[in-house]
Order: sequence, then C-alpha cells, then structure tokens
Amino acid sequence: MSTPDNLRVIGKARRRIDGRAMVLGQTQFADDLSFPRMLHCRLVRSTVPHATIRAIHTGRALAAKGVKAILTGDHFPIPYGILPVSQDEHPLCRGRVRMVGDPVAAVIATTEEEAIEGALLVEVELEPLRTISDPLDALDHPEPRIHDYGDVGNVHKKVAMEFGEIDAALAGADRVFEDVFFYAGNTHLALEQHATVGLVEPDGKLCVWSSTQTPHYVHRALAKALEIPPHLIRVVACHNGGGFGGKSDPFNHEIVVAKAAMLTGRPVKICLTREEVFYCHRGRHPVLMRMKTGVKKDGTIVGMDLETLLDGGAYGSYGVASTFYTGALQTVTYAIPKYRFRGCRVFTNKPPCGPKRGHGTPQPRFGQEVQLDKIAVSLGIDPADLRLKQLAPANSFTANWMRIGTSGLRACIESVVERSGWRERRGRLGPGHGMGLAVSTYLSGAGLPIYWNDLPHSGVQLQFDRSGGVTAFCGAAEIGQGSDDVLAAMVAEVLGLTTHDIRVVTGDTSMTPVDLGSYSSRVTLMMGNAAIQAAERGRDLIASAVARKLDLPADRLVFAGGRVFDAQDPDKGVSFQDAVILGEALHGTLGTTGSYKPPPSPARYKGGGVGPSPAYSFTAAVVEVDVDPRTCWLEVTKVWIAHDIGRVLNPILARGQVEGSVYMGLGEALMEEQAMRRLPANLSGALVHKMPSMLEYKSPTTLEMPPVDTVFIEDPDPNGPYGAKEVGQGPLLPMPPAVANAVFDAVGVRVDETPITPEKIAKAIWERDHGRDPRCGPASFPSIDWPEASKVRTPAEGGDGTASNEKPRKSKLLASGFRLAPGSPGAKVEGVQS
Amino acid sequence: MPDPRIRLTVNGDPVEVTFGGHKTLLEVLREDLRLTGTKHGCELGECGACAVLVDGKPALSCLILAQEVDGAAVTTVEGLASDARLHPLQDAFLECGASQCGYCTPGFLVTARALLDRKPKACRGEISEALAGNICRCTGYIQIFEAVERAAEKMGGEPPR
Ligand code: FES
Ligand code: FES
Repeated sequence: MSTPDNLRVIGKARRRIDGRAMVLGQTQFADDLSFPRMLHCRLVRSTVPHATIRAIHTGRALAAKGVKAILTGDHFPIPYGILPVSQDEHPLCRGRVRMVGDPVAAVIATTEEEAIEGALLVEVELEPLRTISDPLDALDHPEPRIHDYGDVGNVHKKVAMEFGEIDAALAGADRVFEDVFFYAGNTHLALEQHATVGLVEPDGKLCVWSSTQTPHYVHRALAKALEIPPHLIRVVACHNGGGFGGKSDPFNHEIVVAKAAMLTGRPVKICLTREEVFYCHRGRHPVLMRMKTGVKKDGTIVGMDLETLLDGGAYGSYGVASTFYTGALQTVTYAIPKYRFRGCRVFTNKPPCGPKRGHGTPQPRFGQEVQLDKIAVSLGIDPADLRLKQLAPANSFTANWMRIGTSGLRACIESVVERSGWRERRGRLGPGHGMGLAVSTYLSGAGLPIYWNDLPHSGVQLQFDRSGGVTAFCGAAEIGQGSDDVLAAMVAEVLGLTTHDIRVVTGDTSMTPVDLGSYSSRVTLMMGNAAIQAAERGRDLIASAVARKLDLPADRLVFAGGRVFDAQDPDKGVSFQDAVILGEALHGTLGTTGSYKPPPSPARYKGGGVGPSPAYSFTAAVVEVDVDPRTCWLEVTKVWIAHDIGRVLNPILARGQVEGSVYMGLGEALMEEQAMRRLPANLSGALVHKMPSMLEYKSPTTLEMPPVDTVFIEDPDPNGPYGAKEVGQGPLLPMPPAVANAVFDAVGVRVDETPITPEKIAKAIWERDHGRDPRCGPASFPSIDWPEASKVRTPAEGGDGTASNEKPRKSKLLASGFRLAPGSPGAKVEGVQS
Repeated sequence: MPDPRIRLTVNGDPVEVTFGGHKTLLEVLREDLRLTGTKHGCELGECGACAVLVDGKPALSCLILAQEVDGAAVTTVEGLASDARLHPLQDAFLECGASQCGYCTPGFLVTARALLDRKPKACRGEISEALAGNICRCTGYIQIFEAVERAAEKMGGEPPR
C-alpha cells in the first residue's frame, strides 16, 4: 500500500480542486447568495466612542417604505463571545456603546436601499462618557469602566509567568540589553467584505450562510445568544474571500440576521460596507513591549524578561489568548534557559483587536529579532552566527514547556545566508543599501481548543458509492488557503485516485463532522490526519473484499492509478469502482470516519494552554532594501526566504502561502497601520478611525512587491500528515524585523516600531545628527502593577510543567458556555411556525 | 422619473435591462443581471475587484452609473471562456496558483485580458503596471504575474480571438 516513499499526489504540483470555479467566477461567496423573498439588513451604528444609550426611537423608521422590522438590544439579552472567559458582546448594544461603529439597531427592509434609508431614520439618544483612547489612558483611568468584568478598572487581563530564576540569570549576565519596541495595530483587509444570510429552511430549522473561518464557533454563539438548541441550527461557511483571522469571531451581524430571519420568516441578508469591516476589525493588537535579554560575552543568551502591553479595543474577542501568545513562542527559536513573561491587555474605546495571521506572535518576534541584531552588532558577531550558535534543539522542551519536534531552522538560516550572499554582501552594499535577517516559528495548530473539551479537533467522514465516487465531509472552512484541496489530496493519496476524483463537502455544521475552524494554521495538520485515518479505514474495508475476490492477502494490494491490484502482478486487479462494489457487497454501505486530537502538552501551569502545538514550522528570511539618502524613501528590493514546512503537499499552493505571507508581512513592515484620531470638540470630539477606507489604509500593490526567492526545507514531522507542517502564517513573521535590520545596515539608524516609514527613518537620522540616540521608537514602558508570577521550574531544573504556586489545571469534559441541547429532538426554532 | 432602461451587450449577448436610476454598473450586473462573478471590495474605486471591460477597456464598475453604458459592450469574468473552453488566462491562473481565495480573480482576469489584447507580449514591468489598481491580499502577486506571462506564452504573442 502506498507509503511516503512512493507518493503519487502529495508533493506534486497540482491545480487546486476549487480553482476552476474561481477563474470562471462561479465560486459562491456569501454576498453572491440570493433567495426568493430575501430581505436586507442595515445596522445603525454608534457615532460616539463611549456613551450610555438613553433611548432609541424607531417609529419614523418603521413607518418608512419597505421597512419590515427593526431590532434593538432588547431582542438580545444574552451575551456571547469567542472565548468562554470573555462573553462580553451583544448582537446589538444594550445600554452602552463602546466604540464608533458599535451596532445599536438593525433595520430590515425589502431592498438594501430601503434598509439604508430606514437606518437613517432611527434616532439614537446617546449620553457620552469619557473615552479611553489608548493603553496609558486605560491604566491611568480605571473609570469609567468599559466593561464590568476583567482584572481591574480597564485592565482586561494581566498574566505573569516565570521559568527559572530569571533575576539571578540577568544579574549574572555579562551584558543585559534592554529595549522598548512598539508594533502598530493593523487589519486583515480581506478583499471580501463580510456577508451573511440567515434563513429558516423548509424543515423549520435555522440556517446561516456566512463568510466565516469558524462555522463551529458561530454555531455555538448562535445557540447561546438566541437560546436555540444547537441541533436545530445549521451554519454554512461559504468560500471566504480571504480571512487572515478577520472572520474567526462570531459576529454581531451574523446573529442579527439569524434572529431577523426567525422574526420575519424570510431570508435576511447583510453585506458589510468596507467601513463597517474596519469596525469589525479583530486585527493585530498594537503592542508596546519591553525586552530585557542577558547574554554572555560571546552572545549566548542566559535569560530573557519580556513585558507586553496590548491595546485590546472595546471587546474581549480572542484577547486573552492573544495576550498569552505575545509571550509563548520566544523560546521556540532560541535556547533561552530562563524566561519571564508578563503581559497586560487593556480595554479602549476602539474596534476590538483579535487574531491576525501570526496571532499575537509577530509583535514580540519583531522586538526579539531586532534586539538580537543590536546584540550582534554590539558584540561584533555576525547576526546569522549569533542565531546559529544557540538555536533551540529539535526534539526538546523549551524553558516554558513547549515541546519542539522537528526543526529545520538551522537549514533555513543556512539557506537564506547562502542564497542571498549574506556573508559577502552584508555591510558592503554601499550607503543607502542594506540587508537584514530575521527568523521565526509558528504553530501547526493550537494544542488546545478554545473551549475545554475532550473531543476531536477535526473529524472527516468518507462516503464511498458504487459509482466509484468518494465524497469527503469535513467541517473545515475554505478561506483561500486551499484546505479543500488538502482534504482531497489526503484521500486521493491513500486510495490511489486523483484529487479531481474526490468530491468535498466542507464547512457545513449539519452535513460535516466538526472541525474547529481555519485558524492557528491547524487545518492541514489536524484535518489532514483525520482524513488519512478515514481513508485508510476505507481502503482496508475495500481491500479485504478485493483480497477475497482475487484470493490474495490484503496487504499485497496496491491502490494506485484508479485501480486496486496485486503488487507482485499488477495486471491482476480491479478498477477502483469495482473494488468499491466488492466492498459494498461484502460490508454493506461503505462509509468511514477519522478523527484527530493533538497530543497532550506537559505545560500544565496557568496559561500553558497557549503555545503548545503538535508541530512548529520555522522560517528564516533575508531582505535587501534601498533607502534614498535625501528622502529616506524605503524600498524592499529582494526577499530570500526559507521555510521548514515538514513536507510540501502541493508546491504551487505552498509557495503561494509563503509569497502571500511575505507580502502581508511587508505591508505591516512598511505601511499598514490601524491609526485613530480624535475629532475636534466642535465635531463631537469622538475617537475615530483615521483610515476607515482602503484608499487611506495603505496596502502594497503590485508595484511594491519585490521578487521573492523561496526555498522549502523538508524534514517530515511525525505528527504531520505525510510529515507536513504549517505554511500559512510563519513566513509573515520575519518580515518586519528583517526590514528594520536591513534599514540599520543601510543607514545605521534603528526604527524600533512599525510601520517603518521614511518619516521615521528621517527622524532617527535627525536624532543621530543631533548627537542623540540614533533611533525612532517608543521612549519607555509604563510601570505596571504585575500579579505574582506563576513559578515554573524549567525542564533543565527538573520541573514537571506545573507551577509551584498554583494548582495544576485539568481539562473539563464540556465547555463552560456550551450547553448541550436542553430541548427534546422535536423542539422548534423560536418564532417559527412548523 | 421612471426607471431607466438601457440596451447593451453583455458577454456577447444583447441585453435590455430596467433598473433603479441610481444603480452602478456593478449593482446592475450583480443584482439585476445576476452575474455575480464580478466582485466588490470597497465600492469606492480603491480595490479593482469590480473591474469589467467596457468596450474592451478595463473599468471599475462600482464607479460607473449603469446609465452610462447604454449601447456599450461589457465583458465580465463570465464572458472570458469561449463555450466550454477556458481562456488561456483562466487556464494559466489555474496552472500557476494565481487564485487563492479567488475573490480578486475576476478583476485581475479582465484587466489582464485587456492588457494582452493591447500588448500580447507584455513584459513583467508592464504587467505589474497594468495590474497596479487591483489589490490581492492573498497571493503577493507573483503567481499572478507568472500566470499572465504564461498565458501570453500560450497565446504565442497573439491576442485571443
Ligand atoms: S469595488 Fe470597485 S474598486 Fe473596489
Ligand atoms: S486571491 Fe484572495 S484576494 Fe487575491
């Protein structure tokens, strides 16, 4: 039977199975859906960043032409949120608005125009409250509290953990480098604006079609917020027009149109405007960080002390996880024997931040990689050598108990160093030209689910029919990354078919087994493993029938080329279709399932649930830049990147993920920024987006994209399907620090914050020319009243993954916030007549 | 004022359509003619997702009132293939992985088609310039450039008929 040595599908350049529909314009995105009698929804949004809702007058709007219904917060008493610990959103605000763009009412009308007209007639009386505009403001002003939960005042969450005697390690270091960095907030800017259609299906059950990366979590949120037994709800993730993390939360508009469909008995659609997408946000948290790293004279790291301060915006979202992620992966690239991490997330009256490609890890990665460059320069060591001498080893535990499996980081660094001519060219390109290097790591899926449970993270079901057709069912959402193609490839490889022989049905909570969603680069690894298990079970059933027919031992059968045949006499065999028929005759209707759950992690301290992964990818990159000496205009002229992917499943798609990550990382490095500004007092004084449109929120066009030299390092990881690890997020991470390091090589100044703009380079040069610190970046990190750290002995100190000063965590079978269906199977969706 | 009625050719077919006078070409294509292949990412002329060809030239359909195209020939992504045969650009996009989420693809395809009609042997720089008004958030553009080059190669430097 086929083994990794004779792969026929895996690793071959293939046309993705959903590509044809895309080039023909036939892919159905959520806004492409239309149903008979469909109504349209428009949300009335707050124009004030922080206020008490005094009254909402809907009379004039209700009387307007075409308006069928108006919903307000009164329809939605129950809060929801992606994390069980942050159930702080209502589909429509109740009593309080917390940001410009917070939805207060929904107008449902016959046409989109009528809904827009109706929305203009809704009068909302708001009584403004003091705005909390940024983290320092939030720390200084515990009142008014944006939420009545959280650690204290406007602090949402503080976390602190310590692995070994870090203070002693720093005190004993030859040098301690201390830097403060700032990483700007930015947004996903997926090209597709979020859209959702809610409807009641002919069988009386609620159905929601949506541009979502996480249909399972939308399913849970709908059940909770609408108080409907979950088995009476179906959520279908349409093909997403890009996600990047921006469609990973359950959104207020999804719940609103579901409720509106139930109330009106008609399908209801909403498609957000681009401006509204900026309000949904959940983008990269702006993070201020202080990084203290102690080294020996030869550059060996003896310990690192990291503090992060996250501007969370108005809601919890994934924020608690994001906070932990800002400290989780520092130790996975370099051997850091002692480590302390303290993080703080605050609420502010701005669109909520959440997970964007790299989720919480690009910010500290920027600081760490720039600081290492400074250490290397200061000690006179080549930055590549400084890294190479202290890589975290493969098959080891880090100080914070992350289990590293395979690591190709050394090979990645060596590859980019060699291909870019680093040794010969760095520092010798002449004034205004420079090269910078940075590395990174990322998860191939989170080791723990968002809500505690002991269930599989991904399930795949296969149906074999007597036509020889195989259909694969899985809850994973296709967001452009190619997960449908991965699913088909896994099944095709095992069964000796081609990907185009397989049908896939994905992202449908009624039709497919649960997959937790397209986030944390988890789908290829988790769904892939589940698919292989299901396919192997199917193969074995079929093989037993064919073996009986051909009178051969089953283990001599090969599945390849659409046939099942004798390995020793390939002419002796049957077509795949006949094989399925034999299988069905012997076993009855043929169907199999496969499941995947990550291995347990030894990190059992508080917060140890964030960071573990079945496998880590690694990346190294070198970028080359030109800085115009007069204008400081910065151009990236070339990128070399090497990515340890474990195994390449489809070289075309894999390279696309790397180039797309490089592109997005360069966008963050050079220009992308979620900037806010306060309107003058005579214009309400509100805190608003400086850039609520694509014209103002700059992102790279074709003209800014440099050539990219991509290399894959393949060292199959035993936990990955055919050895594969992630590729969709990791390659973004080295871009911003590599650019910063290249700017230093080019002009000798440091820009310690993103985006790295010509103005900031000019400012740093100006500082230098005036005899000051030649840098542009944040001056200081505020003093934060940190809680006592969880004290965890490191593996080297003989620890066991628990903290000495807390009770070890246990997993609970069912999540808080997830109610199993209370109703009888015959329960009906509220508001719907059968 | 009665709703306007226009006659135009869409993907080679003569069409007559009546619609709300305020509607853009994008809205009439998607909502009244049910040609949802043409996408939108901003509706303010910033992203290129809504690009179509009007009399062979790329145009942002979100910025054009439908009334302006009375009598014109409009080509959308649905009109690129001839019968069941993919246009070489479509084939090359598939082959080169130029569509990830595919949301920008219709806009890129029609814009690239106009380029190759005009300049069948366009070089990388010309391709990049012609596509500079189309945003793609997924690919990093490189595989799109390669696809356009590949299509040009397949077409042997001849504009397709
Ligand atoms: S929708 Fe027309 S340019 Fe964006
Ligand atoms: S492929 Fe997703 S925007 Fe271009």
